[in-house]
Amino acid sequence: MTARPLGEEITLPPAIDEADRARLHATWEPVTGIMGWLKSVNHKSVGKRYICTALVFFLLGGLEAAAMRAQLARPENTLIGPDLYNQIFTMHGSTMMFLFAVPIMTAIGIYLVPLMIGTRNVAFPRLNALGYWMYLCGGIFLYTFFFLNTGPDAGWFNYVPLSGPQYGMGKRVDVWAQMVTFTEISALVAALEMVVTIFKMRAPGMTWGRLPLLVWAQLVTAVMVMFAMSSVATASIMLGADRLIATQFFNPAEGGDVLLWQHLFWFFGHPEVYIIFIPALGMVSQIVTTFSRRPVFGYPAMVAALVATGTVGFGLWVHHMFSTSVHQLGQSYFTAASAMISIPTGVQIFCWIATLWLGRPVWRTPLLFVVGFLVVFMIGGLSGVMLASVPFDVQATDTYFVVAHLHYVLLGGAILPLIGAFYYWYPKVTGRMMSERLGRWNFWLLFVGVNVTFFPMHILGLKGMTRRIYTYPEYMGWGTLNLIATIGAVIIVAGMAVFAVNLFVSLKRGAIAGPNPWDADTLEWATSSPPPPYNFVNIPVVTSREGTWAYGEEIPVMTGLKTDRPETLITTTMTTEPLYRHELPAPTLAPLGMAIVIGGMLTAGIFTPWGLPMGSLVVIVPFYFWGWPDKRQHERNLREERERRGEAEAA
Amino acid sequence: MKSRDLLWAALAGVAVACTAYDHQSVLDPVGPQATSTRQLFYFMVAVAVIVYVIVVGALLLVIRNRRTAVDDPQSPAREARAERTIKIAVAIVVPVLFVFLLYDFAVARVVGRMPEGSMLTIDVTGHQWWWEVTYEDPIPHNIFHTANEIHIPVGRPVRIKLASHDVIHSFWVPNLSGKKDLIPGHADDIMIRADQPGIYRGQCAEFCGLEHAKMAMLVVAESPAEFTRWVQLQRQPAPAPVDSVAIAGQRVFESGSCAMCHTIASTQAAATVGPNLTHVAGRMTIAAGTLQNSRGNLAGWILDPQTIKPGAKMPANALAPAELQALLAYLGTLK
Repeated sequence: MTARPLGEEITLPPAIDEADRARLHATWEPVTGIMGWLKSVNHKSVGKRYICTALVFFLLGGLEAAAMRAQLARPENTLIGPDLYNQIFTMHGSTMMFLFAVPIMTAIGIYLVPLMIGTRNVAFPRLNALGYWMYLCGGIFLYTFFFLNTGPDAGWFNYVPLSGPQYGMGKRVDVWAQMVTFTEISALVAALEMVVTIFKMRAPGMTWGRLPLLVWAQLVTAVMVMFAMSSVATASIMLGADRLIATQFFNPAEGGDVLLWQHLFWFFGHPEVYIIFIPALGMVSQIVTTFSRRPVFGYPAMVAALVATGTVGFGLWVHHMFSTSVHQLGQSYFTAASAMISIPTGVQIFCWIATLWLGRPVWRTPLLFVVGFLVVFMIGGLSGVMLASVPFDVQATDTYFVVAHLHYVLLGGAILPLIGAFYYWYPKVTGRMMSERLGRWNFWLLFVGVNVTFFPMHILGLKGMTRRIYTYPEYMGWGTLNLIATIGAVIIVAGMAVFAVNLFVSLKRGAIAGPNPWDADTLEWATSSPPPPYNFVNIPVVTSREGTWAYGEEIPVMTGLKTDRPETLITTTMTTEPLYRHELPAPTLAPLGMAIVIGGMLTAGIFTPWGLPMGSLVVIVPFYFWGWPDKRQHERNLREERERRGEAEAA
Repeated sequence: MKSRDLLWAALAGVAVACTAYDHQSVLDPVGPQATSTRQLFYFMVAVAVIVYVIVVGALLLVIRNRRTAVDDPQSPAREARAERTIKIAVAIVVPVLFVFLLYDFAVARVVGRMPEGSMLTIDVTGHQWWWEVTYEDPIPHNIFHTANEIHIPVGRPVRIKLASHDVIHSFWVPNLSGKKDLIPGHADDIMIRADQPGIYRGQCAEFCGLEHAKMAMLVVAESPAEFTRWVQLQRQPAPAPVDSVAIAGQRVFESGSCAMCHTIASTQAAATVGPNLTHVAGRMTIAAGTLQNSRGNLAGWILDPQTIKPGAKMPANALAPAELQALLAYLGTLK
């Protein structure tokens, strides 16, 4: 394909031949059945199973939260003892952060980004599949040990020396550290995937100024993951080494430093919050746009706000450490940064309200969740600014005030938009609408439940209730508020049950959606619901930020990709000029095999120092299969090469 | 059977409300740091409520006002109005954040500084799961040790030097001041001053393992005269028992497992694994604030600490009833 000015490529779609569709289908989904499932490298299959797996972990993490609320419902309760309680709160935090929130936000990117930027798959489909299998292995690994009563019990933050070899007995902390290795492989792989896909595979004409905000959010998140995950990877490897091969990184008696752990951990841990929150902001922007019936107001400011949040998010980590011996001047810097990060978020909130004011809002469930998000999240955001203050933070940190704050931020800022996003994109993924009636029940139960559960916790924190305690004496007077919080948790469970019912029932009984049920503007709505394995018959061409709204039914496309092989288009990074056709790999078992071998190696690695070196040798086997060229593809290339030469000689 | 009865009595004692002292609360300050922090908190809450009401109010107004099909959703005039409003909003938010920062820095200076004159210095060392307390003195034999209960004179600044024996703990008495972590390898200190007499509860605030929930302490702020009396008493070695039961109890203490971990000054028990018990009978609680210090609770704790505080480093002690009674009589003399 030669690079031509974009204008020439804008043609009306050629009459689409059913034979073409069938050929594309056979090319992009050559294997079906159980083998097809195991071998799949399609971003939509991988995205869907990521989402479903993450929902299972969400359920497990939620059950752990419910168990804690049951234990704390009354003083001196003996339902759960300290040993199990400590495992449960560690599992709750680790599950929600590592196995639910980050993976599901990534998963939605993996599913939607190629559709939104008008391409056919992600840049490295096999690596993408490996990422999913590693994540699944990591989750199974963690829960297997938890059910064997070897669940990690030193908190999701695993402060040394409590998690170190001197005080963290058995294999519990090793399980946590290795679970991080599993999930960081999958998160880094997905981040790489996002960055390369967004840089090189956008449809012609989708310049940076026309990129949907969800894609911007996923890009910022992916870059953050690369920096943040590197930090926790370093930390968890050092911790594992201290525990397994007697290094002394964190042992003060041997010149190590326990605060090193806290810096490395929070340099990951704070950006982690934004890694969860920023994709949710992208979802909110898409939903607000669609249901306001106009483009989002202040697009450049919105993009700048996302990038600013992603950047400043790395300058706040010490505010988790204000109660350690941090110098006062240093504290002031982190206070200022923590207060400053509220500005970009504020700008986005103002722009959404402006969009709703300018537009003609259509009241459907996704928009309801967005309004709920603003009302709930603002409380968490404002208490976050309070916690930037050092004198107040040292009173409130490690109390239930912070538990309230972080749940307002995460449930309000990430879960409500996420569930809104489920209502919004469910028709695209399944081809059927979710029930609006159940959607409203779901929203109101969740909205009331979140506030009833978490608002009293602010007061509990100010009344001195510290975090991570499995029980409290009656005379502390915390019983009533804790009981209210537990009742709120029951309401949340009811709301989530309605959501689950809606997810399952709509699968069979939902109204048929059609390609674009909400009349939305982005490109994922320009193909059938659910999208075919190849996403688009022809790669769309973009001429404005308004996507499909600019054209109506007829979207200009680019033709010329072969239909007998899985080809997609690579474009230039800045101007999205077509560069070349890129053939993507066929379905293969290699990622699954690789994940099983690496999983075995990492599991062995918590028991013996030989696990990693020996495992590295075994990994060569799946690597070999991974890199082995496809025979048919090779023969075809040879044949075509010969034909080309023949033609040249004939000429 | 008698020992089991005592255990039940001890467990029942847990449920008895210890209303003798004030609860730990950020909102009930008695020291300069906690007071200025509460003022800052109220200021922040007021500003936050105003911001919240304005923004959520605007949102609710917007969604209440249904547009009609005639309104152009992209009319340039209305877009210009929206842009102006957002610019004004940001222009208001930034100075508000600056005011917050300046006020916060000012409070941080108050919290970080304390007049140095005639300061009392106390060493607090965190253990899994109790507090070791040492009162410093230039004269070595005036130094004394206690546990889980800190007495301070009202109105006098106190420097508390913090250290940890094992993992990270956090010293927090909210009525007096914010928290400070006890970090192995990083010596640090915190300054407090109680301006009103009272008994203030504190609790370890950094997760420190199995019994993190049961690692509390009391700070007793009393008049300078009462404080001096208390110090004089603490400096004394334990009084020698006079009646025969208590003498037998001392023998139980010194020859049994008690002496493997605890110290009672001027006796043969001189181990430092567990709390110093020289004046244990004068303390209000046992097991780091877990139980009220009564004869029944003490008996239950000695016989079966693992039921009351599972995982605590203290083992169960299978004492014969006579031995237990003697031991309790002896411990009761350690005022």
